[in-house]
Amino acid sequence: MQCPKCHAPMHTYNRNGVQIEQCSGCRGIFLDYGELEALTRVEAQWAQPAPQAYPQQPAPPAYPAAPAWGAPHGGHGHYGHHRHKSFGHMLFSS
Amino acid sequence: MNALLPALTATARAAAHANPGTNCRCPDPDTVLADRADDAVVVRHGGVVAKAHDPGTDPAGLSLRLTVAARLPDVLLAPLDPAPVTVHGRQVTCWPYGTPVDPDTPWDAPWEAAASLLARLHRAPAPAGLPAMRGPAKAARAIRRLRMLGPHPAAGPVLRAWSALPAWARAEAPPPSARHLCHGDLHLGQLVRHPADTGPWRLIDVDDLGVGDPAWDLARPAAWYACGLLPPDEWTRFLTAYRREGGPAVPAEGDPWPALDVPARALTVQTAALAVVKSHTQGRELDEVEQAMVDACVRMSAVAPELTHGGAI
Repeated sequence: MQCPKCHAPMHTYNRNGVQIEQCSGCRGIFLDYGELEALTRVEAQWAQPAPQAYPQQPAPPAYPAAPAWGAPHGGHGHYGHHRHKSFGHMLFSS
Repeated sequence: MNALLPALTATARAAAHANPGTNCRCPDPDTVLADRADDAVVVRHGGVVAKAHDPGTDPAGLSLRLTVAARLPDVLLAPLDPAPVTVHGRQVTCWPYGTPVDPDTPWDAPWEAAASLLARLHRAPAPAGLPAMRGPAKAARAIRRLRMLGPHPAAGPVLRAWSALPAWARAEAPPPSARHLCHGDLHLGQLVRHPADTGPWRLIDVDDLGVGDPAWDLARPAAWYACGLLPPDEWTRFLTAYRREGGPAVPAEGDPWPALDVPARALTVQTAALAVVKSHTQGRELDEVEQAMVDACVRMSAVAPELTHGGAI
């Protein structure tokens, strides 16, 4: 993917399960639909003091670390189709 | 091949019965478990499984690999006899039958047991002269199959991701540092319970076992997780169990991806290459899962492989 501003190549990074693209030239950041909200949510969770007596909501699931080339997590995973037949086969083959 | 199967069956039958002349009352007599061209042929008779190894198997290497299995019976299923016999020009070994993971309920997969067995394997000493773990060689073989296919729309990104890998991951150079005993081809078909049904889990198939980077053995589940196929909780269970058992492939804490990145890329590329070949052979499009592997290859080209030590973004 190329930077819409300076046309240098953009590199993909994974931050707390949110996939972001950063330009290797001007360092600008590109966010897909919903990613700004996802980052804001993670930030708010980080900044919020721990609830004292009555926890209002369970924390959203924190995804384990994944590589930058990984699939976007958080609702996009193919495991949503619980065990696609083809993946079942893949689990057992070389 | 046609003559091999009956001879292999006879070998399994002979190993299963002290007196082969007696009437056999074995359950599931003479079941063919695998019969692939240019690959291993495996048959079961009662409590014994006989395996004719790949025609290209190096006899000295196999012999050392069988010695490892015989010495580590708490990790690897031990052969009935660590010396192979020759049947129709193929090296044949006999093994006790163990119950495999049920392919119909892979969500019950024994991730903790698999991880713990791998950690123990990786910590065990390798005998002198043991050949290299064959994971990278198998990835290179998958790429050769893809190249033989000719033009295919998905071949480009897969080959590009392959060419960006370091030479050792393409089986063109020895691994840089980590020299541990490795399985070399871990997937859920490589685990059995022995004694059947009730016994502990053991790893099987020593054909690719050898010294190398132990992260390779974690890299298939890592690749499945990275590609959005393996749910995060199952990946976490696997990784946590490996660390708990003191496995050396990843640091005990923190981000495991600097260690996993290159092998997980290689196994994603290997799986994608074989998926393209398979779908083409079957005259169909890539399915959703296969496409997820190819899509990961596309994304890899945008991010350079991580250095094994440090190098995290």
